[in-house]
Amino acid sequence: MMKENYRKERIARGIKARSDDIYALNSYREIWYLLFPRLVPIVGVAVIAFMLPLYWQKVVITTCIFAMLAVSWDFLSSCGLLSLGQALFFGLGSYTAGVLNHYLHLPIYLTIPIATVVGGFLSTIILLPVIRLRGIYFAMVTLILPLMIMRVIEATRIFGGTEGITGLSPIPSNWAGLAFIIAAMWAALFALRRFFGSDYGLISVSIRDNDRGVMASGINIYAFKAQALFIGASICAFCGAFMTHSYQFTGMPVFAMEFSILPIAAAAIGGIGTLAGPLLGAFVLVPLSEFLREFGTMRIVFYGLILVICVVALPEGIFHYLSRKYSEMERWVKID
Amino acid sequence: MALLEIKEISKTFGGVRALEDVSVAVEENTLLGVIGPNGSGKTTFVNCVTGFVRPDKGSVRFKGRELIGLPPYTITNLGVGRAFQMVKPFFHLPAFKNLIVPLSSKRVRASSAGGYGDKDAMALDILEEVGFERDSSVPYKTASVLPHGYLKRLELARLIALKCDVFILDELFSGLSIAEVTSIIPIIEKLLNEGKTIIMVEHRLKELFRIANKVVVLNQGRKIKEGPPSEILEDEEVRKAYLGVEV
Repeated sequence: MMKENYRKERIARGIKARSDDIYALNSYREIWYLLFPRLVPIVGVAVIAFMLPLYWQKVVITTCIFAMLAVSWDFLSSCGLLSLGQALFFGLGSYTAGVLNHYLHLPIYLTIPIATVVGGFLSTIILLPVIRLRGIYFAMVTLILPLMIMRVIEATRIFGGTEGITGLSPIPSNWAGLAFIIAAMWAALFALRRFFGSDYGLISVSIRDNDRGVMASGINIYAFKAQALFIGASICAFCGAFMTHSYQFTGMPVFAMEFSILPIAAAAIGGIGTLAGPLLGAFVLVPLSEFLREFGTMRIVFYGLILVICVVALPEGIFHYLSRKYSEMERWVKID
Repeated sequence: MALLEIKEISKTFGGVRALEDVSVAVEENTLLGVIGPNGSGKTTFVNCVTGFVRPDKGSVRFKGRELIGLPPYTITNLGVGRAFQMVKPFFHLPAFKNLIVPLSSKRVRASSAGGYGDKDAMALDILEEVGFERDSSVPYKTASVLPHGYLKRLELARLIALKCDVFILDELFSGLSIAEVTSIIPIIEKLLNEGKTIIMVEHRLKELFRIANKVVVLNQGRKIKEGPPSEILEDEEVRKAYLGVEV
């Protein structure tokens, strides 16, 4: 809506400026101003998830997994590691959990933690030689690797080959699994947000902005990148391990392109660089894809259409838009 | 022995000879000026010394230790810091937070007995040294909105934060007004008083010649002249190559 001879003035709310510094909080109103946008999604997801029927609870689990993949993607890209291969991290975690459970008969409460660490470690080792590459060159390598691993499994028939590994231990109870994955998702989001607030995170983001400048400041950027890669990959590996036990199956599909592309789409519509944005994007895209199931093969058309509308109408991302509305006042002022 | 000894370094990019057998000795606590026309290899010279480019041959010795082959961050941690010609601060960060990065380096940790201390306070102190008034809003502004002059100062502040022994300043004065240059010169003189060694790559000869102890002239990758500023101005070859015959 445009008005003749008027312009829209945007002013940051005073409460926003004060609450940027935690020490300046001096009323319940200000505390509530900060808590409200955090509590609503946390309580909302928890309440809704447990009220849904079983089928939709499974959708919530998938959504949480994709949300974590998207948060991890955003984290890596904020650290200057543009990844097109979340499927690599996801798949390595999944296969680690599957192999440990099937061949060594380890219980689920051991396989998931071990797969998280080992999956993250393997991903870091595999990508270590190319960590010097920047931007699209690094992205190309990450895109190719999961596809290569898929063909290697197919050709060598290791770990069940094309059949995969079936009959793995299930998640003990549906209720516990749901609570666990939701808690893990919020833990990942808030831990990474805290990470970016620290000096350590500040250096990681500076590497994305100007890696030569960071090197000229006496910082070993490759060590930082490797550590960021380990953190990001571990989150994905955890998702892979959880999914494996949730479906009681691991196989070639865990390296599928879907796990690489959907997180990026979620980040694009949610708002890149905010961590919370990609999570929000995943919570839009994954349930949407389920809703559209009724349309049969037309599903992908509607899905694509909504994606395009989102990107064109809100190029900054949903989260940027919402946080702007929340922390700024708008009013029409007359142009003199 | 000189603090920094550069011996016969050469570098070719494809068919272009960017540097050819350049040797320079930098004495401790002196200011060396490096001048030359565009494309004469000045920035390549800086890149070779600081590890951003590996020369094809030659050696760079700092306090007797070979620097060739070491990565840039190790060279910086040894005490040879460089400022970039194209200033690229960490744009999304406030000016004083820009200094958190160098203040987190190994070198600073080693010099402050293993601990880092209050980095924000240290950053504000250093910024004040280079002319960011502490009580104004300037040090707290995002680097992306700072004017060019402040970004150049920020670049200098990064090296001060690192407590470098050798400051390599690549065209620090480029794009600055006379007033800004005259306000930065005292900072450089202060560094010299503190016993630092400075290498300045410059196009602003008038200002450089006033403070330099020795000047090296590069032309087409070769060192054509070396000496005190007064001699450089007299030299025929330098005039032809660089200053133009008319001067």
